[in-house]
Amino acid sequence: MTAVTTDTPVRLTDSTKFRAWAEAVAIPVGALVVSALIFSIFLIFLGKSPVDYFQLLWKGGFGTSFSIQNTLQRAAPLILCGLAFAIPAQIGLTMIGAEGALVLGGFSAAAIAIPLVTGGVPVVLTMPLMAIAAMIAGGAWIAIVGWLRHARGVNETISSLLMTYIAIAIMNFFVEGLLRDPGSANKPSTMPIGKDYMVGTIPGTDVHWGLLAGLILAVVLQLLMNRTTFGFAARVTGGNARAALAQGLPVGRLVVACTAIAGACAGLAGYFEVAAIHGQANASLVAGYGFTGILISFLARHNPIVVVPVAVMFGAIAASGGLIQRRMDMPDATALVLQGIIFVVLLTSETLYGRFAIFQQKAGADRT
Amino acid sequence: MSIHGVSRRTLLKAGAAGLASTALPLGAIRSAQAAGVTVGAVYVGPRDDFGWNQAHAVAMEILKGVDNVTVIEEENVPETDAVAKSMESMINLDGANLILATSFGYYKPFVLDLAAKYPDVQFRHAAPLWNADTDPKNAGSYFCYLNQAHYVDGVAAGLSTTTNKIGFVAAKPIPSVLSNINSVLLGARSVNPDATVQVIFTGEWSMPVREAEAANALADAGCDVLTCHVDGPKVVIETAETRGVKSCGHNASQAPLAPKGFITGAEYKWETIYTMYAEKLAAGEELPNFVAGGYHNDMVRNTPFGAGATPEAIAAAEAAIEGLKAEKPIYVGPLKDNKGNVVIDKTYDNYDPVLDGMNYLLEGVSGSIT
Repeated sequence: MTAVTTDTPVRLTDSTKFRAWAEAVAIPVGALVVSALIFSIFLIFLGKSPVDYFQLLWKGGFGTSFSIQNTLQRAAPLILCGLAFAIPAQIGLTMIGAEGALVLGGFSAAAIAIPLVTGGVPVVLTMPLMAIAAMIAGGAWIAIVGWLRHARGVNETISSLLMTYIAIAIMNFFVEGLLRDPGSANKPSTMPIGKDYMVGTIPGTDVHWGLLAGLILAVVLQLLMNRTTFGFAARVTGGNARAALAQGLPVGRLVVACTAIAGACAGLAGYFEVAAIHGQANASLVAGYGFTGILISFLARHNPIVVVPVAVMFGAIAASGGLIQRRMDMPDATALVLQGIIFVVLLTSETLYGRFAIFQQKAGADRT
Repeated sequence: MSIHGVSRRTLLKAGAAGLASTALPLGAIRSAQAAGVTVGAVYVGPRDDFGWNQAHAVAMEILKGVDNVTVIEEENVPETDAVAKSMESMINLDGANLILATSFGYYKPFVLDLAAKYPDVQFRHAAPLWNADTDPKNAGSYFCYLNQAHYVDGVAAGLSTTTNKIGFVAAKPIPSVLSNINSVLLGARSVNPDATVQVIFTGEWSMPVREAEAANALADAGCDVLTCHVDGPKVVIETAETRGVKSCGHNASQAPLAPKGFITGAEYKWETIYTMYAEKLAAGEELPNFVAGGYHNDMVRNTPFGAGATPEAIAAAEAAIEGLKAEKPIYVGPLKDNKGNVVIDKTYDNYDPVLDGMNYLLEGVSGSIT
């Protein structure tokens, strides 16, 4: 991502780096402010006070220790799903099937838990095996999307979306049939894994360990994409796949690897949904986190580490949603309107990069 | 860190926008807390879905008229940890004394965990899941036998059909759905021995596209009355109306959706239970842990008859309602399933637990649960 184009090699100076960094911060922040203003106009038309709205958003999202935990708990699956979109995006793929990988990952974890738990396998072994099963299932599922893209030229957006429905159908098929717990008459579910096999909460909070897993993965993937030859090759491929092929980069393997990583992230989110929240797999896994992840990744400009704060912001919007509904008598869809406005404004703001002179290097300056 | 900065700036800018327009009630966040009882209801879908959630919201609206009762509601709350946080937020931030968790999947683990965490708050859940031996004493269940109202639907449909084919769009082949399908058949057969019911399962509680396809397929197959058991019956009823076939509703009133073909519909009467809860709480009395009922104790009703109901159908349906109020049994044995096995050996009371485990379609219903 050099900000300078020139025939002679140049060294990026601190000033250039700072300008690029400032641009990458200022434009999304500006987009958020514009979104808030547009949304305020919408609220005024509804006869509601934007001041009340944003006060309640703050109170419900960050205002009390309960609110902060509420926000972080909701952010946990969103971080992993944001990463699931961001990694394929870096290699130039618009992969929107994280929801399916999450569902399949969660289901696989619950399914493998049945023989492990009934067989009395120790918790220390069962937990990681469940997580690994979830990551493999999710990873393999989305790797198919990458392989179809590379080997067969199938549009990854369409295939990943359609495969989401197949994944949900696969889970329903087993949950309502072969693996149905007889005790779950009116809500077909797999056998409960039991309290002992559940993932606990981070001490002193109500937030499960999935949050920490998301944080660690965000850091690891940030390093992988920016500090390794793999990440460099992936980003080159994302910039221009033909050029990457011409350079002899293993484009096929890179595509499959990136999609597999994405699927594994979403699968892990599914594991935490099962192991930290539901204790079994059922239709509740289909909660839309995978689709919210798309929005989060765009807002983070597909930057793994930035996915974290953006996911926290979406967690806050969700966490405060109830309070806003109750105190302001507004329908739940209001939060969707806000999210939609943010998304449109943000996509529009993508066209602004490179247009503000202040963020550009002055001609002839800073060159050595 | 950056996110705090962003939000603060967002807040300031929006605040400025708000101040600029002086007509606004600045800072007038009303407190939901008031003297008396605060009842919080959580819905899984929108309040105006013409279905399950609307049925609860209608009852909460009636509860608002009860003295010293404050009603707080939250819609579109998924069956994930989100519902735990929504309920906790109602308790912590709004001082709720009673939480009504209206979706099946809210119960385990969310209602159970919170009931243990907040022993001073009452939790009631809209499905017969509370277990006296294992579950917290401040939790409980309430449930209405809607199949009684569907039986009345069947009676009215049986006398409003000319093809003798009643179409049923069903979500999932689980006991509560199967009981409604079988009750429609038995109602129709009680007045029209030639009546049959054709079922299509969509596999999902809410899948409007598939529901429309199923409704069209049933109309194509010659059904001239359609009914359903899905979360929001809007699509099925509207499709029936545009296809020129009659319809019976489910959960809430869909009468406005089908001015030409609506016969009647099976509706919950949750306000009977909600008002009882609120009055007991206000009087400082203990709430019952388990409440269930049907026509005999005013917990279900049928939608007022629409233009699709023939005069004979109305008379027969009203007679059927009187019968149910007197606890006349629906399942009069022996009855066979549609594979020829005897599944109901004798006549069962309408509230007999044996019927809660129903896993068959009766003879006269075409369709398969597998």
